[in-house]
Amino acid sequence: MTDATANKGVTPRGAKPRRRLSPTNIMLYGTLFVASVYYLLPLYVMIVTSLKGMPEIRLGNVFSPPVEVTFEPWVKAWAEACTGINCDGLSRGFWNSVQILVPSVVISIAIASVNGYALSLWKFKGSEVFFTILIFGAFIPYQVMIYPIVILLREAGDVLSAMTGTKIRLMGSVWGLVIVHTIFGMPILTLLFRNYFASVPEELFKAARVDGAGFWGIYFRIMLPMALPIFVVAMILQVTGIWNDFLFGVIFTKPETYPMTVQLNNIVNSVQGVKEYNVNMAATLLTGLVPLIIYFASGKLFVRGIAAGAVKG
Amino acid sequence: MAVTDSGGTESARTPAKKPNRLFKNLTAKLASVPMILTAIVVFIGCTGWTIYHSFTKSRLLPAPDKWVGLDQYERLWSTRRWLVSIENLAIYGICSLVLSLVIGFTLAALLDRKIRGESVFRTIFLYPFALSFIVTGLVWQWVLNPDFGIQSVVQRWGWESFTFDPLNNADIVIYGILIAGIWQGSGFIMVIMLAGLRGIDEDIWKATRVEGIPVWKTYIVVIIPMMRPVFVTALVLIAAGIIKVYDLVVAQTSGGPGISSEVPAKYVIEKMFQSQNLGQGFAASTMMLVSVLVVLIPWAYLEFGGKRRD
Repeated sequence: MTDATANKGVTPRGAKPRRRLSPTNIMLYGTLFVASVYYLLPLYVMIVTSLKGMPEIRLGNVFSPPVEVTFEPWVKAWAEACTGINCDGLSRGFWNSVQILVPSVVISIAIASVNGYALSLWKFKGSEVFFTILIFGAFIPYQVMIYPIVILLREAGDVLSAMTGTKIRLMGSVWGLVIVHTIFGMPILTLLFRNYFASVPEELFKAARVDGAGFWGIYFRIMLPMALPIFVVAMILQVTGIWNDFLFGVIFTKPETYPMTVQLNNIVNSVQGVKEYNVNMAATLLTGLVPLIIYFASGKLFVRGIAAGAVKG
Repeated sequence: MAVTDSGGTESARTPAKKPNRLFKNLTAKLASVPMILTAIVVFIGCTGWTIYHSFTKSRLLPAPDKWVGLDQYERLWSTRRWLVSIENLAIYGICSLVLSLVIGFTLAALLDRKIRGESVFRTIFLYPFALSFIVTGLVWQWVLNPDFGIQSVVQRWGWESFTFDPLNNADIVIYGILIAGIWQGSGFIMVIMLAGLRGIDEDIWKATRVEGIPVWKTYIVVIIPMMRPVFVTALVLIAAGIIKVYDLVVAQTSGGPGISSEVPAKYVIEKMFQSQNLGQGFAASTMMLVSVLVVLIPWAYLEFGGKRRD
């Protein structure tokens, strides 16, 4: 609140500012400050705890800064923490999450952008009906649809195996989860792209049609380059959403392919062994790091992304 | 050729008397196959499948031919664990609705008072929303830890009798989860509210200032009624989130102590995938769907029915 502009020695322009320390302002900034403490406290505790050794944690309290800074918990969380019999740390969950994330994001956005494009510029009979179903589907609790999807994935895996002659399993594999993420990301992403493409001037579309461009030609040459910002929004939305997913991860994968959130929960909430709070907090922080980086790096776009994705999960 | 083709959009929007209707816009239709499949097979098909099977005696495997009517629902509503789940959801839901709206609106209103460092505060309030419920639950599990967390800190400060251990006390455990849930989600409501406040005409403020109405009164009497649509949106978003609460509970308390922090979504998943009692899972998930519809249908009616009247 004590700002640099006050001592710049420039004659102030505009209306005379209100008194700095008026009771209103003290109330205003006081409330905001208290609220900030509530929001920042867990992050602070997480960081501080993850840098302490276990003896120090047992002696001190959660808020005291570390006397001796150690990065050992981080190393341990990444490379040694145990889930069940596997003791190779969170790194495996991290790479599993990456393997799930990349195809899920690419495929879900590819399909949804084409949907949105078709819905806004190539309407066909019934297209609006499907879209309405899709939007209502966004509100159906996942629990209602999850079991039949398990069956469908199992059956589809069997059919594919019979067709190709090799053993393909969708249920329990990364690809099954990719399909699930694509399905449940579809309503909101389609809505996002449909609204964007609907705002494209129709003349542009007509001109391209006159030039003989077809469905895919217009999509790749005109719409795709134009819609880059909305693709970024969709990416932010999907990356954070899929990275943070727990429910689908726990149901559609098996222990070897568990995403990071599931593995994190198993590490921290495991009942065996001595609780190592510093390792737990380092692991928690590591899992939160990806969305946090996206959040701090993307700023306003993040807000747009989540505002669009709020309907989802 | 080009000229006849240029009417593509027009004819696409108004199906004309062309003979080959099925093949018109064929590429668009083919490209929409994933969407059509998702809409029909997953959203309608799977939902219908679950609802149907909730009336059957499915246990380890779905048993479509063992029709038992409403038996599963009767059993569900006489299961203590389900009743506890519902009660928890009701407490969590009401508190989190009220608190999210109040906190979200208050913070947004404070940020809208032309303060310094607005973007810093906004960043602070919103960052938890980027984190998963698992991370949220685990952090708050640690902050609320009775031996090392807030309780022990306050006790060490000298207030020896201070007790605040929601995660070990079955009576208040749901409030421990509430604290974490509010922490994670209220920043987002603030963003929605702030966008709503920014949409209010500056002239309104000028007018109330001229009239000499105090600021707080302006908010309550003028601004909040004007922001009704924003509140409704926020309400629907919060409500949709509440019914799905699952991972937060799994991470923070695993439903404990005992069954005191169970929630319906967790009940469903456990019945389906752990205790092999599919029928109960289906019935419970259908109840979740019903509760969503109870919120959604009036909202959709107000939202879309209202637009038609204009």
